[in-house]
Amino acid sequence: MADLSTDCAGIKSPNPFWLASAPPTNSGEQVMRAFEYGWGGAVWKTLGQDPPVINVTSRYGSLDIGGQKAAGFNNIELITDRPLEDNLREIYQVKKRFPKNAVVASLMVPCERQAWHDIVAKVIDAGSDGIELNFGCPHGMSERGMGSAVGQVPEYVQMVTEFVKEKSTIPVLVKLTPNVADVRYPARAAKAGGADGVSLINTINSIVGIDLETLKPKFSVGGKLAHGGYCGPAVKPIALNMVSQIANDPQTQGLPISGIGGISTWADAVEFMLLGSSSVQLCTAVMHYGFRIIEELTAGLEDWMEARGFAKISEFVGRSAPSIVEWKQLNLHHKTVARIDRDRCIGCDLCYVACNDTAHQCIVLPKAKGKAARKPIVIEEDCVGCNLCSIVCPVDGCITMTEIATGLEPLTWEQHVKGGRYSDVYRRMHGQPSTAKRPGKSLSNAA
Amino acid sequence: MPASDSRRDFEKRFQELHPALRPEEAAVEANRCLYCYDAPCVRACPTHIDVPRFIKQIASGNLSGSAKTILEANAFGHSCARACPVEVLCEGACVYHDWQERPISIAALQRRATDFLQAQGRSPFAPGPDAGFKVAVVGAGPAGLSCAAYLRRLGYGVTVFDREKTPGGLNTFGIAQYKMSKEVSLDEIERILKLGIELKLGVEIGKDLPAARLLSDFDAIFLGVGLGATKALGVKGEALDGVWDALSFIRHVKDRDLKPLGQSECTVVIGAGNTAIDAVTQSKRAGARRVVMAYRRGEADMGAYGFEYALAKSDGAQFLWNAAPVEVLGRRRVEGVAFEKTAVRGGKVVSLPRSRFTVACDRVIKAIGQSKLAGLAGELGLRLAADGRIAVEARTLRTSQPRIFAGGDSVNGGKEVVNAAADGKRAAYGIHLALRPGAPVPAGNEYWVSTIDGRRVAPIPQKELIHG
Repeated sequence: MADLSTDCAGIKSPNPFWLASAPPTNSGEQVMRAFEYGWGGAVWKTLGQDPPVINVTSRYGSLDIGGQKAAGFNNIELITDRPLEDNLREIYQVKKRFPKNAVVASLMVPCERQAWHDIVAKVIDAGSDGIELNFGCPHGMSERGMGSAVGQVPEYVQMVTEFVKEKSTIPVLVKLTPNVADVRYPARAAKAGGADGVSLINTINSIVGIDLETLKPKFSVGGKLAHGGYCGPAVKPIALNMVSQIANDPQTQGLPISGIGGISTWADAVEFMLLGSSSVQLCTAVMHYGFRIIEELTAGLEDWMEARGFAKISEFVGRSAPSIVEWKQLNLHHKTVARIDRDRCIGCDLCYVACNDTAHQCIVLPKAKGKAARKPIVIEEDCVGCNLCSIVCPVDGCITMTEIATGLEPLTWEQHVKGGRYSDVYRRMHGQPSTAKRPGKSLSNAA
Repeated sequence: MPASDSRRDFEKRFQELHPALRPEEAAVEANRCLYCYDAPCVRACPTHIDVPRFIKQIASGNLSGSAKTILEANAFGHSCARACPVEVLCEGACVYHDWQERPISIAALQRRATDFLQAQGRSPFAPGPDAGFKVAVVGAGPAGLSCAAYLRRLGYGVTVFDREKTPGGLNTFGIAQYKMSKEVSLDEIERILKLGIELKLGVEIGKDLPAARLLSDFDAIFLGVGLGATKALGVKGEALDGVWDALSFIRHVKDRDLKPLGQSECTVVIGAGNTAIDAVTQSKRAGARRVVMAYRRGEADMGAYGFEYALAKSDGAQFLWNAAPVEVLGRRRVEGVAFEKTAVRGGKVVSLPRSRFTVACDRVIKAIGQSKLAGLAGELGLRLAADGRIAVEARTLRTSQPRIFAGGDSVNGGKEVVNAAADGKRAAYGIHLALRPGAPVPAGNEYWVSTIDGRRVAPIPQKELIHG
């Protein structure tokens, strides 16, 4: 049986699935119930200084797409609005009852050394297994100089991380905001400040929508709305990119990552782990369906690991990260073309119109009678292998992108600019006679 | 039985076979639609409604826009959402069939959109600028009113004549109650009339008003006169009490006037077309204990659609194949029908010797098709096809008389509401081309004109819309 236990930056948990710091971890009662269901860890709803914040009513908004509720999710809720003492007492109770599950205290106080020292001491006393510095929350608290206001300034990230590390005896994760131009800079700053790991992504600045009847925001506080934090399935690709950037950055390579952002299923979680996350955090999917989803998260992960022959999580964490490279390292001589399985084709012609109107005009409709006239044909010589037709095709396995051997040596842009013969590659890939005799070879030699 | 009870009882017995979708159901169904390019469902619709477009409009919450798309292509879209045999038209063409999946419920979605618009009680279209011509439309059925609607949008003055006191023809009186009530048809017609159409009811051309007057008072005439009376069996006893023709029988149901129909222990329906099926299912709902459908040919030859036949079977009807009626029995009232067994030899039905048998019954409904209505066409001197239908030029529906156009059952021999509606649209454009050759199609009419000869897959260049 596969071992699902994990160690993320020194924080151990029986499985890699943690509840993210958010409404699901607002109280000890909730966290205990989640652990009973089988969650591996919980990052407590962010703790701050007393007196607690006051939250507004009307806090969440949803982006529904094609009948899918909460494909994207948006919130303007602040950190915990419960007294610090209540939360500390409940952390203690949870750890007493669930010693093996990870309880991570998410913290957010002003950028003052003493403030951080005080709260760090308190959460360690309460029995937390780790600390997560909330440098990510993009709404409300950022206006008060906390949350993403810190995360957007690498110098602050490093400084506060140093404050915390001065005091902390337990692992420290820095939660990063995606609301930056390049997430590698704050990640490097966290590492420089001594962070044991990073967690990402926090939510993205967002307005969920405007109601066309009232002309007011789709959800509002008495007709007005501040920008919120965007999350849910729709943000996953953004999060995967940022996770891979940190995993591959020579300066942060090996820094433990807790992956967050649009994870709904075990498969989503595996993707984050393959790009370098040793634990994952979920919120939107839990808020949509409840704690019970953990049953399929762990079962699905276990089945997949057994099918693939992985005994431990660490065996595949980061396995796919090396496949993410810079564009200039991609092979310009790689060629795929679309092939349509005529037996599977149902004749919706979505591939035809997509290719013809918006891609490269290489799918045609045959001049035939009846249903045969609706089964499109790919002109392989013209196909650029863009994938669009296979994306819009509703039938699984109907359009396959098939690799075509070009007989040419691999050639990247990086290698190529050294040779300085871009026009040759263009001609070769577009079926025009080349000026060089064996350009692939000569160019690779040149490189 | 108190009136409210009897009304409730009627509604229960004749309740809709396909009730309206709830908004949530409609949203889920609309999102299933693949939005096919040059979609087969559009081609399968005689009026070429842009089905994927109206469905995506529902999905995006634009119900009135969706209804407008539907009614743009088919003035009777509200009725067709209920009356159409979609199993053999749009839904039958859905690509989901090739995927072994349930097709999109196009009719139900269409109804969702048009119900929404009808509830608002307004027409999405305005009459066109005055074209300076007057057109007479004979027959206020779906062909005539469809023609009238599109003519008004092109700016023609239109007067519609109908011999009945209620408009709509078979759309109002001939569609089985569980598919569509009379009110739906009348609501639809009310919307169409808002375009400014003069409606003269209770006027029979050739009787109350000479046909020649139409030719002198109007610039063009459209005949949407439908078919004549239900054909006679031509056997003894046909005039007995309790012998009905299917259309009168259905009309009584539609009028909620069941009393004259009386009670029936056993009803024999003669015929095997879709109207015969309607007679069977309506009889069952009207309370007949036993219904026998008799047809002189075999099951394989029946004219009714498979899904209609299935409905009659699920209603518990009995079927008598290869049985030709030879006499309706009884002294004053019907007491039974005498049949002879038949066989089909060389394509012809022949009675078998000494095969006479009797089915006891107290009601007979004849549903063996309607005769052609030749009177008016003859009076106007129109050329008829060999089978009695009015002969027309296919693209414009122009008859042998240049100022007279015709469509619907009188031309196609008896088809669906949607075919009549499509004919009305085509004839309206035909009349426009005849009365104003070379005149451009007025703004706002490009879309429906482009759907006459087929699907609309790409914007049609303006020059092609202007016929010289």
